[in-house]
This record gives sequence, structure tokens and C-alpha cells, in this order.
Amino acid sequence: MKWGVVTFPGSNDDRDACYCLETVLGQQAISLWHKDRDLKGVDAVVLPGGFSYGDYLRCGAIARFSPVMQSVVEFAEAGGPVIGMCNGFQILCEAGLLPGALVRNRSLSFICEWVRIRVETPRTAFTASCRQGEILRIPIKHGEGFYVADEATLKMLEDNGQVVFRYVNEVGEATEAANPNGALHNIAGVTNARGNVVGLMPHPEHAVESLLGGEDGRRLFCRV
Amino acid sequence: MLAKVYITPKKAILDPQGKAIANSLHALNYAEVSDVRMGKYLEVRLSGLSRMQAGQRVEEMCRRLLANLVIEDFYFEIVEE
Repeated sequence: MKWGVVTFPGSNDDRDACYCLETVLGQQAISLWHKDRDLKGVDAVVLPGGFSYGDYLRCGAIARFSPVMQSVVEFAEAGGPVIGMCNGFQILCEAGLLPGALVRNRSLSFICEWVRIRVETPRTAFTASCRQGEILRIPIKHGEGFYVADEATLKMLEDNGQVVFRYVNEVGEATEAANPNGALHNIAGVTNARGNVVGLMPHPEHAVESLLGGEDGRRLFCRV
Repeated sequence: MLAKVYITPKKAILDPQGKAIANSLHALNYAEVSDVRMGKYLEVRLSGLSRMQAGQRVEEMCRRLLANLVIEDFYFEIVEE
């Protein structure tokens, strides 16, 4: 599998994503620069975490109009698998590839910690190796991870099974205490109607080796 | 010509920054403060357009980039400089 990992000015998890895919999972990963219009024949695209364009205006607002994103939108609309982690999720929302938006954490603090997320559906391009209801331990690190959408959109996401991950406690319950940032319905990740585009605030690429605290993140990249 | 663009969080969106500011004002004994919403103010300088054209262009800029209509409302005024 040939992956394309996009680097925007201000991306900082692009190298981690490449390391995860190549060194840990033995797949091919190539770098795509934000000015590239050519996706170089990749089979899947990763929008990594970081602070693209300094998070100016709104997180992901400027990146969304970069040349590479025009191609990523076309790729996604043709059914190509695209995953956005953290800032990548914010970019996907700004680009209109995923519904909703991410706003400042309820606590106003930047949060860096391990959380538990429950897999709500295996029917996406990136969760096929997971069981519904399975709990993954993955870290988060963000200041703007509070997922919001209007009531109609939330209902649509719930009814169509487009909520992919929810923050839960150790026994798998989506409680208020288990919600790190205030996200509506404890939403940690969503997908589009087709299931080929997935965005999530947690960082699966940081959870791929037991030495670094856990391997659950591998599950998102091992059967795409 | 100058467009003064105001972007505010939608009423339905929780605004934790505004809430923190309101709490701080209460701590300073401004008990009359019932709510604070925090947004953004932008000055966009334009040239070579009529006032009406400028209004249309700025409206489009707000919808496409300056505001995210999922979470924000906007309004603007065009002033001669």
C-alpha cells in the first residue's frame, strides 16, 4: 500500500505518520508538499497533526485552500481513502469533506493525555480491522478539539452511523467525565456518508509501539 | 475603501472564552455583566470597486474563508477612507 502524507507549513506529525507507516507497519509512505497538485499515485492520503499555517484565522482554514487540498478533495470525492488526525481532522471539516467543526476545548487548556475511545463502526476505510464497541487507548494533544455541529447534523451522523469514535471511560461508557474537551455526544471522530474519509482528534500514529505506551493506533492503518 | 468585518460565535455554540471573560468581570465586581461573547474583528482594505461591488465581494469572502458558518456569524460595514 502506498500512502501519501501531506506536509503543510506548520505540520509536525508528518514524520511520525511516515515512521508509523514505514518503519512500524512496513508500508510505503511518500511525502506530499502543500504546493503539490500531483498526489503521485498514492492509494491513501494522511493529513497529519500540527498547526498548519500557524492555525491563523481558524485551525485548518488556510490549509483547506492549498493546492494539495484541491487534489485531496477530488481524490476523496472519487472514493479514495483519506484520514485526518487532529489538525488533519480540522482541515477535513473546513474543507467540507466532513460535517461539523472543532472549537476551543471547554477547559480553554491545551490537553495532552492518553484517552480511551470506543469504535462505533467498523464500516469505514480505516476501522475495518476493529470490532464495533472495541475500546482503543490513544493519546490526544490539542487545544481545539471540541467537536460541534448543529442538532440536525448530529442526528444525521448518529442515524447514519457516521460517528466513528467516542471518548469513553475504562468500562466503555461515554460519560461526561470521560470527555476531555467538551465534544458534543463525546465525539472523537466522524466519517462521511461513504465511509472513505475519516477524521479524529486522537493520534493513532503516536500509539504504535508498546515502548511508547501502546500499540492500539496500528489498527487504523493495518487494513485499509 | 475599508470593510470592517465582525465575526462572532453562533448563539448556539458554547463560547468558553467569553464565559471566562464574563467570570473575570464578575470577579472585578461588574455584577451587571450577564454575558460575554468573544469574536474577531478584521479590517479588509479594498480598491477599485464601487461600494455595492465591495459589499458583494466581502460577503463572498466571509462565506468562503473569513467565517465558518457552522460555528460563526458575521456582519460587516463598508466605509470610505
